[in-house]
Amino acid sequence: MQTAPDALFKSLADPTRRALFERLSRHGEQTVRMLTDNSGVSQPAVSKHLGVLRHAGLVRSRHRGRETHYSAQPRALAPLVDWMSYYSSFWHDRFDRLEALLKRMGQ
Amino acid sequence: MTTAATRSVVIEREIPYPPDKIWRALTEGVLIKEWLLDNNFEPVVGHRFNFRVKPVPNWNGLIDSEVLVVEPNKKLSYSWNTLGLETVVVFTLVATSGGTLVRMEQSGFPTDHEAAYRGANYGWQKFIGGLERVVAGLQ
Repeated sequence: MQTAPDALFKSLADPTRRALFERLSRHGEQTVRMLTDNSGVSQPAVSKHLGVLRHAGLVRSRHRGRETHYSAQPRALAPLVDWMSYYSSFWHDRFDRLEALLKRMGQ
Repeated sequence: MTTAATRSVVIEREIPYPPDKIWRALTEGVLIKEWLLDNNFEPVVGHRFNFRVKPVPNWNGLIDSEVLVVEPNKKLSYSWNTLGLETVVVFTLVATSGGTLVRMEQSGFPTDHEAAYRGANYGWQKFIGGLERVVAGLQ
């Protein structure tokens, strides 16, 4: 599954979602109830955040009995650890800005 | 101890201005801030400086750099170290009939991102924080 980096960034921009993702990465599969305990966040809110993480490919869910179990998918972070593609975009953008600056500088 | 192979990002662009003008944009702090990042750069070999972006949780927003090469209107190089990633940036200017061929090479990227990502130097939150900032800078 390919997920655009900006979707990943958006999903991880929220500290509660980062905490949920980290908790799942660290402790393995958990239910919404387990994730809600001691989180200081309501169960509906946790479910909503998990939905966003799932949409970004960062967590996977599976139903077992009445409960849904969530697990982290750290592989989904791969686009973010590709420094080269990030810096490539970064420098292309900066070169555009450099040209714009040179134009503004006049003769 | 392992010897990590590294790769480079290379950008080449012909820009319709003479080398001396581009050199100013590459070496005057106020101008560098206009197109690249806030900084306390000085065009002096050995000068240690920072590029600065807004700090985010788990990252102070500093890129640690040292000036490595200063050949006016020709070549400029500095290190670019942040979030456990150590790279070197080299700008080369060559006058052309239409202006200047500007080449930027940033080298030192480890080929094994996964290993770098899992390395002890930075946790993933710090890493995300830094990348988040880099991407924010793109907009």
